[in-house]
Amino acid sequence: MQSELSIVWIYPDLLSTYGDQGNVLVLEQRARARNIPTRTVYVRSSDPVPQQGDIYLIGGGEDRPQILGAERLRKDGGLHAAISRGAAMLAVCAGYQIMGSVFGGEEGQPVPGIELLDISSGRGERRSVGELAADVDPALGLPTLTGFENHMGVTRLGPGVRPLSRTIVGTGNGDGTEGCYAGKVIGTYLHGPALARNPALADLLLTWAAGPLAPMDDTWYQRLRDERLRTVIPR
Amino acid sequence: MSQLPLRAQLASALGRTAATLSRATGRGDGSVIGGRLGLMLEPDLLRKLAADRKLALVSATNGKTTTTRLITSALQELGDVATNAFGANMPAGHVSALSSAKAAPYAVLEVDEKYLPEVLDTTNAGIVCLMNLSRDQMDRAAEIWLLAQKWRRALDGKPAHVIANCDDPLVTWGASTAARVTWVAAGQRWREDSWCCPECGGPLDRGGSMAAGQGAAAGTDSSWACRECTFHRPEPNWVLDGNDVIDPRGHRWPLDLQLPGQANRSNAAIALATAEAFGLEPARALPRLRTVTSVAGRYTTVERDGRSLRLLLAKNPAGWLEAFDVADPALPIILSVNAQGPDGRDTSWLWDVDYRILGGRPVYVAGERRLDLALRLDVARVPFQLCDSFDQAVSVLAPGRIDVIANYTAFQQIRAEFGRAV
Repeated sequence: MQSELSIVWIYPDLLSTYGDQGNVLVLEQRARARNIPTRTVYVRSSDPVPQQGDIYLIGGGEDRPQILGAERLRKDGGLHAAISRGAAMLAVCAGYQIMGSVFGGEEGQPVPGIELLDISSGRGERRSVGELAADVDPALGLPTLTGFENHMGVTRLGPGVRPLSRTIVGTGNGDGTEGCYAGKVIGTYLHGPALARNPALADLLLTWAAGPLAPMDDTWYQRLRDERLRTVIPR
Repeated sequence: MSQLPLRAQLASALGRTAATLSRATGRGDGSVIGGRLGLMLEPDLLRKLAADRKLALVSATNGKTTTTRLITSALQELGDVATNAFGANMPAGHVSALSSAKAAPYAVLEVDEKYLPEVLDTTNAGIVCLMNLSRDQMDRAAEIWLLAQKWRRALDGKPAHVIANCDDPLVTWGASTAARVTWVAAGQRWREDSWCCPECGGPLDRGGSMAAGQGAAAGTDSSWACRECTFHRPEPNWVLDGNDVIDPRGHRWPLDLQLPGQANRSNAAIALATAEAFGLEPARALPRLRTVTSVAGRYTTVERDGRSLRLLLAKNPAGWLEAFDVADPALPIILSVNAQGPDGRDTSWLWDVDYRILGGRPVYVAGERRLDLALRLDVARVPFQLCDSFDQAVSVLAPGRIDVIANYTAFQQIRAEFGRAV
């Protein structure tokens, strides 16, 4: 990180279907609360992806925009350069699938991904729609993951990634795990504003980019988490 | 109509009885159960009921119910009009609406976006109004590029005359396979779903607007064109310009509606173009549009203990933008959000709404998902007061005028408290 933390939102014109902006807003707010100045770059799909960002975000989208997004990211190469430089990234839903070697297109046909994560995705039998709760890999030291999933994807994890979490409720990758991570790249099926429901995940990204963080007032985050987890997790 | 075959007459009559029973027993307004029963007895009932009528279908993400009401009001100048005024916008609701006005020579039906191809096929409607497409409760609704694609296929090769909003690129794309289109420049406030060309995926260049993702409110320049292919905004036949509608002859009609807000002026522009497609000129249609004051409780004002509450419905990000346009910045505001089935069980859309516009007015938060909204407002740095219920919010507010914005079931709960206010 230089004088300010640079947040890069990739392709909001293609991949911002449902509240994905929330992840940007949460990162900005939580950095602000720690007196870390931020600058957010919105990258349209017709523009090059800047290579000097600190945290990259990519969101969910419909089948066609997902395919277009993957094609453009591969051609552009900026995201690959940034990640190999050590930038952090959160990839959500369609954006998560794009990070792998392959994903399912409109008719389920295999579409090549951009190979930033060792995963491969296809189309499942039915759409998974609903609340998800999952226990995060203890190595990351984060509390229970909570959010909403809405996808038809099934994702197989290769040896180059670790599962982000094990599901308590919901589908996730389809094999009892949800999401994955490798280095500073995190992928998840929790669509839209995953960081609003998981502020600790937001802080993990911020820590990777800016170092240790001071505590902040988490009242509203915590109240929402408590209410959701209480509603969702069977006793 | 009168020449219905016996079986269809019977199905229609039994359906009406079921609807009456449903109302009498307080189970609903009867507009769905009656239609379902009728369709069970005669699967071809909708086609038969629609035959020999001059029929318009109205579809969009937002404004369907209001525009249907406006067109219906206009056409009453010509004769009786059958319509699904209660917003039951799938085939059972259509059967019910047509059954209950069998002799009406005209019909205006609000149609759910997903059902438009099926209903168009079945009814062979002569006129189809298409207004806007934007993200909406995606845990149950269709993806909108896919939806526009289905509209294209449904309209291709049909004789229907389409009235479409050419300021919405996705609607333009969805409408442009039709044999005949009247383009209405009806405006598009929410632009976050139309940054890319639906034809080729290239970037759309849009007049007078900010970059994608940086706040959705649009300026006044509505032009748009793809940078990579030839897809561009068609030349409009009708233009909405502030409070005025300019007709194809260049005559300017001041709308002066009682319904508030730019979204309703947009709905009225579509309604005037549609009325003309039925042969009704603006001079006769417009006075009828001006008589509409509220639609199924939307925009209505209810009273309680000296407080005047104006009820605004907002079901998705584009709808919230429209509601903010109507809400009075000088008044306190109650926001109520649920996430039941009809609302969509996912509250992610809250993060697509820019709530910062509410900064500076007293904001009260209620509804079953008030904690989702509370966090959203906190992150937007909008001060608010969390309330356990809508009633509590009303009781802590001082007497006077108050605006209320609620999403679907939250709105219906509030409306029920005031005797299903209309």
